[in-house]
Amino acid sequence: MTDIAIETPSVVDTPPGADPGTSPPPGSGGHGPPPVPSFDIVPVRALPIVAVVLIGLVAAIATNNLWALTFFHVAGGGLWTSLDLFLGLVLGPIMGAMSVPARVEFTTRFMPKMLLIMPTLVAMTLGAGFQLARHVGNLEASYPHHGWLVASYIIVGVMAVIALGLLEPANLAVLFELKKPRPNGERIGRLMKVFIYTAGITGLMQIATILIMTFLASR
Amino acid sequence: MTAATDAAPPGFGEPDAEDLRQADLPPIMPVAIATLVFVVADGIVVAAQYGRRANLTVPTVLLAIAVVLLLANVVQLLRIRHFAWPVFYRVLGWALLAYAVFAGILEFVFVYDHTPTRLLVLFSAMLVLYALDVPLMLSYSVARWQPLDAT
Repeated sequence: MTDIAIETPSVVDTPPGADPGTSPPPGSGGHGPPPVPSFDIVPVRALPIVAVVLIGLVAAIATNNLWALTFFHVAGGGLWTSLDLFLGLVLGPIMGAMSVPARVEFTTRFMPKMLLIMPTLVAMTLGAGFQLARHVGNLEASYPHHGWLVASYIIVGVMAVIALGLLEPANLAVLFELKKPRPNGERIGRLMKVFIYTAGITGLMQIATILIMTFLASR
Repeated sequence: MTAATDAAPPGFGEPDAEDLRQADLPPIMPVAIATLVFVVADGIVVAAQYGRRANLTVPTVLLAIAVVLLLANVVQLLRIRHFAWPVFYRVLGWALLAYAVFAGILEFVFVYDHTPTRLLVLFSAMLVLYALDVPLMLSYSVARWQPLDAT
């Protein structure tokens, strides 16, 4: 298991002979607090992009345009799956091996973006997916492969509970912890573990969804 | 354990004031997750019957359980005396706004598709629960780790 605990910035050891009140420079190998860069919990500048995506989604649904619905569903689902798998299986272990200051800096730059990206991708995938299935008749109970579709609902339902009940709360809690004057490094590590592992789990569950979706699309 | 975390400073991992307060907090998150499970299960049961005359007994029971759980959770939340309420309400406000937008898009889909009234009422109630329960989880998850005087 990769340990992604972050050294607490609140503990500052003053080396013997050093001036009281001074701390070793970040990354010097001492026990000084890693600097927490200034950051916005919600990256406000990216909100217009989210708005454009959501307006496009609503337009696709309102016009029932088959290409637009397919685009939002496939692009959203593909990105959602890729991000989850990349986060859980690639980025998580890399973060565990990074130096403490690098990890703190990465977290403050990365997590706010995830706060906007993931819900937007989920809305794209599920909103367009429901409308697409209704449009092509897959949603009907009389659809020959209805059982497979219900299986995909169940998988998505479990993923939704994991994402909304564990992943997103951990994401937000990490950001608020990092905003404290003295963030608790162990707590951030614990919450980041929840975030990375749940992302990996939902990513693996996404593979099951993709198997079902590609099976249905090829019938 | 990786090399990057081996050099933890003295005192690392020792509980702080927020850690010590956790034992006094009621089980808000488990109840909120249970509420979400019932809402999601309800959605699956209703969606699985799409296009035929649905039997709404099971979905109505699931919805009722979710409503009771959410209300019970709000009650136990409001009974917490020592809590970072300003932070809780600040996060709750923004989260409610965000999830109202997401729920609104889904409601639009159901209305636009001329979903039968009985199903629409159920879907709408589920969306309201979803749009209340998730912000509650987010705001509680943040506020529980904040100092009591945090704003």
